[in-house]
Amino acid sequence: MVNIQLPDASLVKEYVAGNEDALAKLIKRHESKIYGFIYSKIPDRDITNDIFQDTFIKVIKTLKSNSYNEEGKFLPWVMRISHNLVVDHYRKSKKMPLFRETEEFSIFSIMSDDSMTIENRIIADQVELDLKKLIEELPADQREVLVMRMYQDMSFKEISECTGVSINTALGRMRYALMNLRKVIDKHQIILTN
Amino acid sequence: MAKIYSKKSLVSQTMKPSEETLSFLLNYSKALSIVRIKNVDIEIISN
Repeated sequence: MVNIQLPDASLVKEYVAGNEDALAKLIKRHESKIYGFIYSKIPDRDITNDIFQDTFIKVIKTLKSNSYNEEGKFLPWVMRISHNLVVDHYRKSKKMPLFRETEEFSIFSIMSDDSMTIENRIIADQVELDLKKLIEELPADQREVLVMRMYQDMSFKEISECTGVSINTALGRMRYALMNLRKVIDKHQIILTN
Repeated sequence: MAKIYSKKSLVSQTMKPSEETLSFLLNYSKALSIVRIKNVDIEIISN
């Protein structure tokens, strides 16, 4: 069966005519492009969600008030709205107090470079490598839960759905995974530090 | 745990807005109607 996709302009028309599903389709079709665009400018998920939301609030208001007249160019139009909102965001956040250097006050006295030195970075990489090797030694069920939780940032609810066990079992496996890791680390007197 | 040594995997980072954002937008759209009276747009949000 051929899957015919309605063009944006038709969906916009349907939405303006009162079909709310058309908006859901438009958002679904372009969400990753728009979200990715905003995230590429502001790498913060909460702010990106806020700007994505504000973008579509503007879209909804414009379409519902029949002020939209760029048929066929829906995505570039939405991108331009989100771009303007990103610019607004940076304008607002720039309004910060200005410090001037004087004899009594130097900006460098309150500023420091928190980035890791090369040595610290090498140590951190080594620690991570060692830890990965230790994780490989864990029983499969415990390793699975630990990797999902710590490396893939999944919630215990998501882990339980993915692995087909209860949340309590997933929690238990995580607990045993950590206990076993500690045991191995103590036994072999491995130093994980940075 | 005292320290977390793991790096967050980039694989799980999907470029999509949160479910809450999406459902808010769809509900907002359903609730909003705009009426134009003498060149003035009046927004009405129904509960």
